Amino acid sequence: MTEQIAFAVLAITLVGSALAVVLSRNLFHAVLWLALALTGTAGVFLLLDAEFLAAVQLLLYAGGIITIVVFAIVVTERLIGERLTQTNMRIGGGALLSAVLFGFILLVIARHPLPATRPDMPGDLTRAIGEAVLTRYVLPFELLAVLMLAGMLGAMYFARPED
Amino acid sequence: MGLQPYLLLSAVVFCIGLFGVMTRRNTIGILLGIELMMNAVNINLVAFARYTAVTSGMVFTVFTICITVTEAALGLAIVILLFRVRRTVMADHLDLLKG
Repeated sequence: MTEQIAFAVLAITLVGSALAVVLSRNLFHAVLWLALALTGTAGVFLLLDAEFLAAVQLLLYAGGIITIVVFAIVVTERLIGERLTQTNMRIGGGALLSAVLFGFILLVIARHPLPATRPDMPGDLTRAIGEAVLTRYVLPFELLAVLMLAGMLGAMYFARPED
Repeated sequence: MGLQPYLLLSAVVFCIGLFGVMTRRNTIGILLGIELMMNAVNINLVAFARYTAVTSGMVFTVFTICITVTEAALGLAIVILLFRVRRTVMADHLDLLKG
């Protein structure tokens, strides 16, 4: 029972803040709502017994991305001065496409049998993730390190001071 | 509680993110929508991993989170560079390739 209540609270928070992210007029408010949505996702991860992923989510997403986005907004908004409308003319089309996609996903979910109960996880999940990352998935892990290095170098190259 | 509510929640968040990507004019707003969509995918991965008791899904989630962070950092660097060159970050003003 507590799981249902927790899920309902998290789902309402997540959907509400996601709507606020896409609908709010002020981009800065949108970022703050995104922070709430990402924190709510971390809560969903906790509900799914993935404590490690919840911590990663909070550290990388809610900590890292929000900081970078706020910084980018401060850099690009202040110099424009005037406030422009934040949405384009395609609200109807966007809503229609999202609704159609949602209906399609709903249809797929409804037509396939899904597990109704969760099986017991063997042992410590964080330990299992760590072992999998450093044994079976060690090559993707190393590639990820190369990707992040390349991304960091690229970002620094793009954002270098003008000479 | 079954797997279905989690999938539904993730589908809703994904579609809201898609709506944001389609309707935002500001490039940073579009990036925020993409973050929402990635987030929904992560919920899906973790939910399936938990309900099938296969840890691989959670490992993939670690990877997707890292890739999303890299993507966001690079995307925002490109936005800042765009702003420097064109003095705007509105997607409908960035029509350099339109001919």
